[in-house]
Amino acid sequence: MIRLSIFTQIHEWLYSLMPASSAHILELVLIAAAYLGIFAILGLLLVWLERRVAGFFQLRLGPNRVGPIGLFQTIADALKLVSKELTGTVKADHFLYGAAPYFIITTALMAMALIPFSQEIHAFDINIGVFFIASVSSVGVVGIFLAGWASNNKYSLIGGMRTGIQMISYELSIGMVIVTMTTLAGTLQISELIEMQRNGWFIIQGHFPAILAFMIFMIAGTAESNRVPFDLVEAESELGAGFHTEYSGMNFAYFFLAEFVNLFIISSIAVVLFFGGWLAPFGITDGLHIPFIGLFWFGLKVTAIIFIFMWFRWTFPRFRIDQLLTLEWKYLLPINMVNIVVMALMVWLGLIIKF
Amino acid sequence: MEDFLGENIKTQEYFLNMGPQHPATHGVLRLLLKLDGEIVHNVDMDLGYIHRSIEKMCERDTYKQIVHLTDRLDYLSAHINNEAVCLLVEDALNIEVSDRIKVIRTIMSELTRLSSHALWWGVMGMDIGALTTFMYAFRERELINDIFEETCGARLTMNYNVIGGVRYDLHENFVKRVKALLAQLKQKLPEYDKLLTGNVIFRKRLEGIGYISKEDAIAYGLNGPTARGSGVSCDIRKIHPYSAYDRVDFEESIFTEGDSYARYKVRIKEMWQSVHIIEQLIDKIPEGEFRHKTKALIKLPPGDYLQRVETARGDFGVYVHSDGKKSPYRMKFRSPGFANLAALNKMAKGLKIADIVAILSTIDIVVPDIDR
Repeated sequence: MIRLSIFTQIHEWLYSLMPASSAHILELVLIAAAYLGIFAILGLLLVWLERRVAGFFQLRLGPNRVGPIGLFQTIADALKLVSKELTGTVKADHFLYGAAPYFIITTALMAMALIPFSQEIHAFDINIGVFFIASVSSVGVVGIFLAGWASNNKYSLIGGMRTGIQMISYELSIGMVIVTMTTLAGTLQISELIEMQRNGWFIIQGHFPAILAFMIFMIAGTAESNRVPFDLVEAESELGAGFHTEYSGMNFAYFFLAEFVNLFIISSIAVVLFFGGWLAPFGITDGLHIPFIGLFWFGLKVTAIIFIFMWFRWTFPRFRIDQLLTLEWKYLLPINMVNIVVMALMVWLGLIIKF
Repeated sequence: MEDFLGENIKTQEYFLNMGPQHPATHGVLRLLLKLDGEIVHNVDMDLGYIHRSIEKMCERDTYKQIVHLTDRLDYLSAHINNEAVCLLVEDALNIEVSDRIKVIRTIMSELTRLSSHALWWGVMGMDIGALTTFMYAFRERELINDIFEETCGARLTMNYNVIGGVRYDLHENFVKRVKALLAQLKQKLPEYDKLLTGNVIFRKRLEGIGYISKEDAIAYGLNGPTARGSGVSCDIRKIHPYSAYDRVDFEESIFTEGDSYARYKVRIKEMWQSVHIIEQLIDKIPEGEFRHKTKALIKLPPGDYLQRVETARGDFGVYVHSDGKKSPYRMKFRSPGFANLAALNKMAKGLKIADIVAILSTIDIVVPDIDR
């Protein structure tokens, strides 16, 4: 699964040390630990990036004191959150209240295992890859829903209910965009999806319907990651902090980090489905043997998509709940359905562009 | 809704406390919302969390001291509030102030209005969910506050007006800086429109929301930009001109739609009109005295006095019943926010929670002004 030479060496070393079964289990544990690390670092980096981008849009600097260009600011913030007392409400449903953050974290982590950081660094490449990501990330809503319900706070409850409505609606759009793109690709496995784009990214191969699908994906992706203009879940001017009003310290930080990791996951899916994953644009670095070049291209593309999401966040006002539902059920869903048919016809008639 | 769900499933009304500590209420205002899901059935307003009995304190203080107390009503229009008391006392004592004072007061009032509306615009965006507007608005507001600071040392509650004039003469940089500010505003106000006014989400959030008809607006005693959004002509600067407003040319900004978007447009237009007013005056500040000498202890002749001014939020009235002593027998402030807030229930019934926040923003309340 992970095919980089250093990983192969570790793999062989482990198998030489102990029996195959325990080596296998240890290997899985090590990969899980590594992904937990990536999760934390990614979350902190994205928070930092968000704050710098916000500063850029808002005529100010953003964090710039702790470490070079403020890179350690979020680490300091995380340390502060770790050291804080976990306060909660007496009247909360304690089991569910405590369980809620882990639902979100677990689902985010499960989805992240599918992310192809490069050809070599890809932990879990199953044949239903994209479908798996979509189904796992839709479980994340349960966490938010639980947090809203178990907090025994009306603001949290309204936030949680809004999440339920919003996620179920926009899950549909994401799913249909994935259907559209797999119609073009003919596979759900992520590594195959990327390999097929050597003849041109899907957004070029599928031209018109693919561009439309990408636009719908960006809208639905924003809604899925609960960001402006779809941040009704935690609409701070209406609901205080929404579903995580009653959470403090590290419990709050779990929600916060998971939100940013979800943003990364959504952007990664966009890159895999439309922009050729870790492939170099037009194969410009294919002949050269530069280490981690796939990781570089993947990171660049994901950062670009994330920047667009952040751009949304710092420019748009927020939707109202009925407008949000109108947009999905009356506009995006019909457009999406027609788009699938158009894409199917195009694939059938061979109207796709290939280099 | 209940027909749709059938007999066995019923929705239940519940109450939600919005405030007294809540980001949308702009201060310590408590709204008790009666909700069915997201739909607002009733809004009860609970006031008094920041009541400081300023009217009673006025019965204790001398007129010169009262001027400072009015700062603490609508702190965003502090200068204009001060002006109301000064004009009232000057009128009662038949003090005719020089043209210079009148022009300075007018320019400062309009700058105050600009600074208040800039803050409103920034907060409006924040309430709707666009956080960036706040920083953009503060870029201009900061310049205005810098001008205030240079003129009199304070930035928000300036106490620049005194009975018989203004406290200090204008700073030598004043004209230059105001002109720079006007140039920047003319350049940046279109940017405001680009960022927020033209945004389709923003317009959908405001258009048709919080409607109040002209008749209802008059019946509720709405005033200021809130009433002018419903087509009521109520600009005190036009109806009862004071200071130098009778010699400047400006348009009363009136829109007739009566919804939140109309109220938004009124304020944006008012910012342009303020720029227009200052432009007419800034080159022609007459020479003369900036402060007339008054008695150390001012006593108004027995009788009733009333002075109305147009603050950034509307018609601010000061009423004094004097029995000839050093302090008023009774002093009453008619604050614009109180009347405007009263119409919230009328505007918000049947809408969603998010609309309450938007309507509160377009009413532009300042809670200390409501509670006094």
